[in-house]
Amino acid sequence: MDETEIRRLSVGHVFSILAVVFSLCIPPLFLDNFSLLETHVTWLCICSACVAAVNVILLLTLKPNPSSKRISFGTKVNKFSKSCIYFLISCLLFHGIIVLYGAPLVESVPETFIFSVLLSSLTTSRCLCILGPNFPAWVRVFSRDGAMSVWDHSLQITTVCSVVGAWLGAFPIPLDWDRPWQVWPISCSLGATFGYMCGLLLAPAWIYWNRKKLTYKSR
Amino acid sequence: MCTTSALHTGLSHAPPRAQDVTRKCRRGRFATAASGVNVSPGVTMRVGSSVLACCCLLLQLLGLALFLRGFFPVPVRSQSRKNSVSDIPSEPSAGAKSNWTALPSPLFKKTVIFLIDAFRQDFVFGPKGKMHMPYMTEMVEKGTTHSFIAKATAPTVTMPRIKALTTGSIPGFIDIIMNLNSQELLDDNLIWQAKQAGRRIVFYGDDTWIRLFPKHFVEHDGTTSFFVSDFTEVDYNVTRHLDNVLSRNDWDILILHYLGLDHIGHLTGPHSHLVGPKLFEMDNVLKKIHTSLMVKEEDGSLPSLIVVCGDHGMSETGSHGGSSDEEIETPLLLISSSFERKGEPAKAPDILQQTDLAPTLAIGLGLPIPRNSLGTLIHPVIEQKTMREQLRYFHLNGYQLSTLLRENVESSEKDVGFEQFKKAEKSHGNWIKLYLEGNTSEVLTNLGRKVLKQYIEALMKLSSSLSKQVAEYDMYSMTVGAIITLEILFLLLLSVPNALCSRAEFEVPLSSPFFSLLFYLLCLVLAAIHVIVCTSTENVCFFCSISWVMAIGIMTLMSALCCIILSTFGKMLSNAKSPNKRPDSVSLWSELDVILLMGTLGHVLSMGASSFIEEEHQTWYFLVNTLCLALAQNMCRKYFLVKKGNPIDLATHKRTDNEGAYIKEIYDMHKKEMREERLPILSRFVKDHEKWIALSSPWAILICCRLLRSLNQTGVQWIHRPDFGHWLTSSEHKAELSFLVAVSLVMIFILIQGRCSFVSKVALAFGLLGVYSYRAAIGHVLYPWQQSTKEISKGITEARFVYIFVLGILITGIKDLIKSQVIITDSKAKSVGLWEVYCGLVLLAALLFRPHNLAVLVFCLLIQSTLTMFIWKILKYDAAQVTLMHYWFGQAFFFFQGNSNTISTVDVSAGFVGLDNYIEVPAVFLTVFTTYSGPLLWSIHLLCYLNSESSRLSTSIAHGCYCYAIIRSLPVTIYIILITVLRYHLFIWSVFSPKLLYEVIHLLISVFVCLFFTAVDKNQMAKSDV
Repeated sequence: MDETEIRRLSVGHVFSILAVVFSLCIPPLFLDNFSLLETHVTWLCICSACVAAVNVILLLTLKPNPSSKRISFGTKVNKFSKSCIYFLISCLLFHGIIVLYGAPLVESVPETFIFSVLLSSLTTSRCLCILGPNFPAWVRVFSRDGAMSVWDHSLQITTVCSVVGAWLGAFPIPLDWDRPWQVWPISCSLGATFGYMCGLLLAPAWIYWNRKKLTYKSR
Repeated sequence: MCTTSALHTGLSHAPPRAQDVTRKCRRGRFATAASGVNVSPGVTMRVGSSVLACCCLLLQLLGLALFLRGFFPVPVRSQSRKNSVSDIPSEPSAGAKSNWTALPSPLFKKTVIFLIDAFRQDFVFGPKGKMHMPYMTEMVEKGTTHSFIAKATAPTVTMPRIKALTTGSIPGFIDIIMNLNSQELLDDNLIWQAKQAGRRIVFYGDDTWIRLFPKHFVEHDGTTSFFVSDFTEVDYNVTRHLDNVLSRNDWDILILHYLGLDHIGHLTGPHSHLVGPKLFEMDNVLKKIHTSLMVKEEDGSLPSLIVVCGDHGMSETGSHGGSSDEEIETPLLLISSSFERKGEPAKAPDILQQTDLAPTLAIGLGLPIPRNSLGTLIHPVIEQKTMREQLRYFHLNGYQLSTLLRENVESSEKDVGFEQFKKAEKSHGNWIKLYLEGNTSEVLTNLGRKVLKQYIEALMKLSSSLSKQVAEYDMYSMTVGAIITLEILFLLLLSVPNALCSRAEFEVPLSSPFFSLLFYLLCLVLAAIHVIVCTSTENVCFFCSISWVMAIGIMTLMSALCCIILSTFGKMLSNAKSPNKRPDSVSLWSELDVILLMGTLGHVLSMGASSFIEEEHQTWYFLVNTLCLALAQNMCRKYFLVKKGNPIDLATHKRTDNEGAYIKEIYDMHKKEMREERLPILSRFVKDHEKWIALSSPWAILICCRLLRSLNQTGVQWIHRPDFGHWLTSSEHKAELSFLVAVSLVMIFILIQGRCSFVSKVALAFGLLGVYSYRAAIGHVLYPWQQSTKEISKGITEARFVYIFVLGILITGIKDLIKSQVIITDSKAKSVGLWEVYCGLVLLAALLFRPHNLAVLVFCLLIQSTLTMFIWKILKYDAAQVTLMHYWFGQAFFFFQGNSNTISTVDVSAGFVGLDNYIEVPAVFLTVFTTYSGPLLWSIHLLCYLNSESSRLSTSIAHGCYCYAIIRSLPVTIYIILITVLRYHLFIWSVFSPKLLYEVIHLLISVFVCLFFTAVDKNQMAKSDV
């Protein structure tokens, strides 16, 4: 097991966490009356933008999937446009799933959509950065024993954590506490972000802990 | 035989599990349980899983019945509903004829009932009262008042307390069940009596009163207690009417119910700085009322009465509902100029019951005492009256109490209070005789005092022996019931490994209970506890009152169950120690298993929170959605995942090959079936695009669920949201509704006719036509050719027409089932028979459902057939997983129908379909069937599916039945433990108790379903043996 790979992974995760923290701390300096609960949509936009940007930067600097052969510029553009389309599709898909889960269809569409954008940037953007727009690879990673590198493992863990966080975040909504954070979609987006951060913290630790057991075959 | 069985089992399990099965198979003979039960000599008894599941559920039902009997005290109530003036007894008189047979005339002219919510006693009598309520303190100390501490009973919540104040009874939860749907107070009560007597009642305050007494008030203005954070506006809304009302003279009784104090309590507790000003405000209101009444009182007319009281107190944290002293002790102040001014300094107030106010007010207003009242007359109120009048009042009160006692207690003649009352009545008669003779000596006064004392004592005893009937939770019965239920759950859980193995049978260790010391010891200990509890308890205890033979039977059962559990556990431990245990058994759990288990457990635990019970539908919709997504993921994996070369040993490989061949065979068979059923073009289409249809089917189910979700809004928080159901049932959308109903009926026919015999197909078609004509007859839908609305009938003929077809289909189905039982080779008859039973139930549901809910039925059938055809056949889940999924969908459909966990959503009208008037048994049956048709249809469909599977795996029905039993008994058991812990919760009567009833009835239905499973399964076992 390559220790340096784990170290690179951890650095990447620290930056990802910093992105979320950044989205919380910096906007109040520039925006008047910004708060997590009251101007939630603004925060959602900023947070998803930050997370997505950091993911792209990490892709460029850390290069999780170094390929041996040179890629032409045309392929790169092709890949980039494909990734954008994938991201858009995933936003729509998440929106659909959220509506199927019971979010209002007509009311508060912007909130739901921004929430699905957040979910996409927490999950899909990472997938796109690490695996590229390659659907079979995604299916492989997200099935049992499908991970082939530490990056795949971290991807699995963070994605599952974010989705489960969002899932669990829906539970306080029916409670009759009348708290401001029970309003749709605040608890879910907070749950997703929290789950994402947990996943980021958890993944390197888990991989380090199981480094003896994990043997990756070359692809 | 062993290899074949392993092969068959291996189809549904992962390969490692198949190995396990082989190992188990070597240990014992295969399929010994020929007819389900098989007694081996002396030691153990072999029981098939389904039989075990049935027995367990039956015993659990017994435990639950005990628990319920302890949890819901039987209310003290009188048979005839209302007391009338003609029921008034005449004055007792020994020999001489009394001339006083009418009701005594009222003592007070105008009465003001000044009720302050959550007014606890130290707000008047404690330091707070002295500080913030100067006028009231002055009245208590110097004025013409009587002050008391009135004790309320749990649940200390507003609505039951208002009932207690007006009826004098102690309302139990059963009362709420008895008058299902209507919130109106139907028992004999003061307000009704006052209205009958022509008194004009004015009410301002909490709108609970208006719901309890609709049309009783000549003038009213309700404030809602919904917005707890508002504590000024609610009270202002009451006070603003005061000046107007007090200046007028056109009312007799004024009731004011102030909510502000309660809201402050909920918000900040009894010691908040807000309480003081609020008390001062209340004090000013009292001052205003009192002075304006005093001004109006002229000489010669009757005096007025002001009653200041609280409905319940407030705990130290500011909430209420429980039975701590702070919550149950409320002040009661009676202010009237007729009371004698007290010379002596104020002493500590006397303690009495809240229920005592009702008879006192009844006497004071000259009304009959409410029939179910448990209260006794407050003596100081009538002290200034003549001796004859006082005795008359006490006699009326005693007569009413003893009538109530006679109607509720069997051996009422032996009751001490009753005997004393008879004695007092006799001496009262003698006194009257002396009085009428004109005797006015000192002797008469002394004798009168003696009779009065006798009366007071007798009334106290009567009242206390009546309140014992309703006093408290019967904890002993509850505990016994809960222990039985818990033991059964343990037994079921412990025998999972045995019952779900390939043999699907369980060895009940009979020797351990009957030949072990522990068993006899436990019996002895339980008997000793029984004796101790029953001799020491003061309250009425149901378990003590049943005959001792039955009590001993139940105790033996408890200890036998305990021993069986222990010995099973011991056996399991010794098995676990044996070396051939695989370490990697944990990794067998797929994501779907994890979701199913966690979801089920999570739902069970969520029932500890009242909001989650109110919004239980959200939990199920959420879980079912997650399940569908998991299915979609499994589907994706099946079709997209590139196969990896797993290290598989040769044997397994071979088996997989065999499996493959076998699957192909079955698959072809299935295809053939499908080809027979459907049009060839359709089947070819399905065959060609199977991958894509299978991939999209979970999404289709998700969309169906989303549509159903917006059909009926249910629960509490979002119930007011607009939904399709209301849109459809509103009268201007009749055409749309007719179209929907027609389409739904056609869809139902298309979806279920495929597997019926020809006769039942025809019957089904006629039945569905009958459903439409029934709907048209009662005016829900229109005939397309008859636009004008003709007269609306009750549709009895049409409904009975449908009933005939329902019965016909059911009987055909059962006949087929019996035929398959007799002629063993006829396996097709059985599946047809089962499907016909299912069709019959669907037809019945179609008749009984509210018209727009036919869409729910269609979606139910659609989802069922999608799941069967494209998901389970392809993904090959085992019986346990399929059962859990069925259960989840069943629960979700319970709520899709528009049900909730409150009593108010039960569709009582279903009980009148096809009946001229209310007949109890069919009405209850139909209502229960309609309410639970979602879960019931899903479980019968489960049976049909498992039966079709059983050609592949003979034990699937037994496994399914066992899982079904566990999954039903788990929530019930956990719930009764939760409810025991939470029995003083604020919402125990409004949220938790209705849910308990829903759970119990659901369990009852599950018992019937399990029995049906077992009946079908026994047949199966017999066949597999041959």
